[in-house]
Amino acid sequence: MALLTKKDAGLILDPLADNNPITIQVLGICSALAITAELEASIVMSIAVVFVLGVGNVVISLMRNIIPSKIRIIVQLIVVATLVIIVDQVLKAYAYELSKTLGAFVGLIITNCIIMGRFEAFALANGPWKSFLDGIGNALGYGVILIIVGFFRELLGSGTLMGYPVLGDPILKTGLYATGYENNGFMIIPPAALIVVGIIIWVQRSKNPALVEEN
Amino acid sequence: MGVNKDKNSYTVVFAALMVLVVGSILAFLASGLLPTIRENERFETQQNILYAMGVNENTADDVGSVNRIPTDKVEGEFTNFIKEQLVIDESGELTKNDQAYLIDLKKQLANKKKGKPFKLPLFLGEKDDKQFYVIPMYGKGLWDAIWGYVALDDTMTVQGVYFDHKAETPGLGANIKMRYFMDDFSGESIMKGTQYSGIAVAKGNNDPLNKTKDDNEVDALAGATITGNGVAAMIKESVNLYKDYLETIRVK
Repeated sequence: MALLTKKDAGLILDPLADNNPITIQVLGICSALAITAELEASIVMSIAVVFVLGVGNVVISLMRNIIPSKIRIIVQLIVVATLVIIVDQVLKAYAYELSKTLGAFVGLIITNCIIMGRFEAFALANGPWKSFLDGIGNALGYGVILIIVGFFRELLGSGTLMGYPVLGDPILKTGLYATGYENNGFMIIPPAALIVVGIIIWVQRSKNPALVEEN
Repeated sequence: MGVNKDKNSYTVVFAALMVLVVGSILAFLASGLLPTIRENERFETQQNILYAMGVNENTADDVGSVNRIPTDKVEGEFTNFIKEQLVIDESGELTKNDQAYLIDLKKQLANKKKGKPFKLPLFLGEKDDKQFYVIPMYGKGLWDAIWGYVALDDTMTVQGVYFDHKAETPGLGANIKMRYFMDDFSGESIMKGTQYSGIAVAKGNNDPLNKTKDDNEVDALAGATITGNGVAAMIKESVNLYKDYLETIRVK
């Protein structure tokens, strides 16, 4: 790549697969459980996290030499919270409908452990450009899993995708439901997300045995 | 840098400066954007009241989505369809008030609870020569507040509802603002005999298409028990708040 050196590209690409924040680092599970019952919510959350983590990593990285180590966690928390509130207020003024969709996620973004994790593990020790790439990479890695889980949970649990009925009508028994197929009500409750994430981890590790931890 | 970052004084100064900087950024932003945000909220309230009484852009071939009157037209439509805005005070007295839709029901309910004077807004609408009485509602969901509007006719039959929520779970409780849930309420009666019993959100009423309109029940949302119960409680409480007024207009 001409734009990015090989190492920089790795910062973006690694978290998508071999160092994925959810399946490998096992961070951000809580929000993955909470909002993946619908594909649309997963996508909105992913975009929001890409923004907050990308910008937040840069801010923390720029401040890394002046942050007193004793209160660095609080400083990180303030940076995330401020960014999220700024985004929320601006959306409320200029994209009101979108801000209502995002309403439920604001708290989840602030407490998302991936964000604090990347600030602490990467941005405090690296320059702004690298931190930016790392933030985008990790947020995308998080988003990919969220979207996969959201896709299966909405499809199997509600028979819809993005709210659009793709399998027919479960009450009028049209489409696939005419054959006796039923929606799996288990898929829309949060524990189902754990099982889907578990299956993703299983598939990923059996494809790449190097990821399996030795006991 | 010559400064010792481990010193307590550095930490304190840094924290103080950070609070000052972040605080001013947020304060400037909030006060700068407040008028725009307020206007958005005002339009939304008008949209919701109109939606409940059936003034919306829903089309027959797109039954999946909620289409409210666009924000650029809503103010005009609101004055067209809402003929009168009334306020009921603690003594049950009715007064006209053109700003009634701006009343914050949450505050009024809190006042009522504390025994302070309160004002309950009520909207009289007219569409296709039919009278609508639109009542605002406010209640609790699973995580936070839920609210909405219900439009009644003079037989106390629901003509339409609008629900919204602050932070219900996406895909579960958040579905109370979906068309298929809100549409179920139309045609149900809030009366059982002479009792203002509201409308229950029931599991297992064996009527997912909601064909029975005389059972005071609509089909619940799977996985959203508490939000559903919250909706039912909210409707019951709200119609009881307006009971005295509704008795005066009810066709017996």
